[in-house]
Amino acid sequence: MTATLSEFRQRAKTAIEDVRLQGALDGGTGKLWEMRRLTFEELPNSDALRDHFKAIRSATLRNLVEHLETFEKNATAAGANVHWARDGTDAREIVISIAQEHGVKLVTKSKSMATEEIHLNEALAEVGVEAIETDLGEYIVQLAEETPSHIIAPAIHKTRHEAAELLGRESGRSLSPDDLTTLTGEARKLLRKRFLTAGMGISGGNMIVAETGSVVLVTNEGNARMVTSVPPVHIAVVGIEKIIPTWDAAAIWLSLLARSASGQPLSIYTSVITGPSRAGDPDGTGEVHIVLLDNGRSELVGTKYEEVLQCIRCGACLNVCPVYREAGGHSYDSPYPGPIGAVVTPLLLGRENYEALPHASSLCGACKEVCPVRIDLPRMLLELRADQVAERTIPWKERKAEEAGAFVFKHEKLMRFMTNAARLAQRPFSRDGKLHLPQRLNPALERQLPALAKRSFREMWKSGELEEK
Amino acid sequence: MEEVELKMTQSKRVALCVTCLVDQVVPEIGVATVQLLRRAGYEVEFPEAQTCCGQPFFNSGFREQATDLAKRTVEIFEPFEAVVLPSGSCAAMIRVEYPHLLEEWPEWQHRAEELAAKTYELSEFLVNYADWIPRGDFEEIRLTYHDSCHMCRLLGLRDEPRQLLERVGGRISEMSESDRCCGFGGLFSVRMPEVSNAMTAEKLHQACDAGVEALVTSDPGCLTQMRGLTEGSSIKVEHIATVLEEVTR
Repeated sequence: MTATLSEFRQRAKTAIEDVRLQGALDGGTGKLWEMRRLTFEELPNSDALRDHFKAIRSATLRNLVEHLETFEKNATAAGANVHWARDGTDAREIVISIAQEHGVKLVTKSKSMATEEIHLNEALAEVGVEAIETDLGEYIVQLAEETPSHIIAPAIHKTRHEAAELLGRESGRSLSPDDLTTLTGEARKLLRKRFLTAGMGISGGNMIVAETGSVVLVTNEGNARMVTSVPPVHIAVVGIEKIIPTWDAAAIWLSLLARSASGQPLSIYTSVITGPSRAGDPDGTGEVHIVLLDNGRSELVGTKYEEVLQCIRCGACLNVCPVYREAGGHSYDSPYPGPIGAVVTPLLLGRENYEALPHASSLCGACKEVCPVRIDLPRMLLELRADQVAERTIPWKERKAEEAGAFVFKHEKLMRFMTNAARLAQRPFSRDGKLHLPQRLNPALERQLPALAKRSFREMWKSGELEEK
Repeated sequence: MEEVELKMTQSKRVALCVTCLVDQVVPEIGVATVQLLRRAGYEVEFPEAQTCCGQPFFNSGFREQATDLAKRTVEIFEPFEAVVLPSGSCAAMIRVEYPHLLEEWPEWQHRAEELAAKTYELSEFLVNYADWIPRGDFEEIRLTYHDSCHMCRLLGLRDEPRQLLERVGGRISEMSESDRCCGFGGLFSVRMPEVSNAMTAEKLHQACDAGVEALVTSDPGCLTQMRGLTEGSSIKVEHIATVLEEVTR
């Protein structure tokens, strides 16, 4: 997966020209944003709560190792098996070996960004294990053989017409896109069979609570409950930054997560898994594994990018981002799109693969404004850009142009000379204050760039015509 | 928003930091700014050595070049008691970014902080410090206001330009998202022109939906960006300085 500048531009262009996709994106992001706004209005002292939560996240990261060790101790005491995965390869090997040990052929999955990050489904398929996504959006995306395009609404790029067609093809029936009850009922039927026959369930983890060694899962469909309690084995793959020391702090996390993500005070289902089922429990799984995934995260601790680890993956920044809302999630070619994706993707999945992402922003700052943890994403995009310059990974032509531009601005006389030369050069193209360049010469495409004015302000000032009368 | 203690200016002289874009591309905004400041009772100075605040280089990651231009700008404007810019974005560069950019050099950082404390965006200066209240009978102008990103999110200025426009007869019909980015973002607009243009088109759609003749903004960058896609459209994109100057003439 990569996003060079030309790849990003090409994919964004395709997305922008796709009227149906634009409609789905506008509708989806607009609705989530509006609901977020309304629930935050109802929450007293929401600004203070966000500040408090940021302080908790920041303090937790400062003692990350200690909290993770406490988690391991308590989860182990509750009967879970804790595994440490340095990277994607480690995590995939751990999951595959557990699956093979139990002779698993079918896995049900609840939504997990961490497993998207390490391409777990593909790895399982290679060893003959089928993984079925059970979050409705993820399931639709899987049926379409696509990847999610939004952190919490994976099928935001799909319309209900497409969903009806995909579910209809799978069930062998013709389904009406207008009858949502039948549609979800059909998905339920298709998934129910899988839930009952799967040999293993795989989930992510919205957070892991150190003081009890618990994994917390938040859904609106109840699918995580089925995934983690019906099959005999459950594996949770969780990024190490999802740790929270106490349940008091976890409560704040939950209240901000659902509000930021979908504008709900709390999601419909909040599932807490603390080890396997105990004697006398009416249900629950017999074996629980928790894979703690590092994959580049610990390297960010103590750097100027540490703040990005405070992210709780609510997706609010995507819904307000004017770039995401035009380009859509697939332009980023990463499990993490939007503003948070533009920062976290190069950092976790390789800067060399994603050189365009730090530039996929106008630095408008809407993301920072809406973030429940107030992550300064614009500042980190600027830092990533500065790193590219320092590491000389930007095209030499751009480097030369920027250096020359700055040199000109450092010398006022030279600036006057250069702008006057440009005034002469632009003459054939300049009209009504705009440059009418032939399309292939215009870097702004159909937008007209401004022309230099006939006379600069400084020239008018110097001539004395602006003197006070 | 970065907290900067703004000093009340006692003197009736201000320096104009016209910005490179206004100087070279839309000088009429500079001319209007001078007239407005004079009408508000100020003597305007224009230090001729000024060029660019360095923001384009800073935003592209060229820290060394941005630092040189920041130091240069500090030197040029620090002798004055107040500095006014007809651009929220360039004002934010000086107020919010310079002190960070120059933090490696404590002496420069200190000088940058001093400059930041006396640097104002035009509408902010007129409303909060010059206490300029235009009087007279004004014709009603139906308009909508575009909140430029750095002005509203980094400087927290949303009311000041609206107050001024309303004082001179402006009847503001708000867009559904007045603070949605216009798509400019400096070099972003040519690095990713497809996305940038789509963002601008969305902005202009919202302005048209507001049912007004004029789309007013406080940033020359947004202005030139939006004007670039208005060919054949009935909507006029104007800078707040030229609008105010014309009606209070």
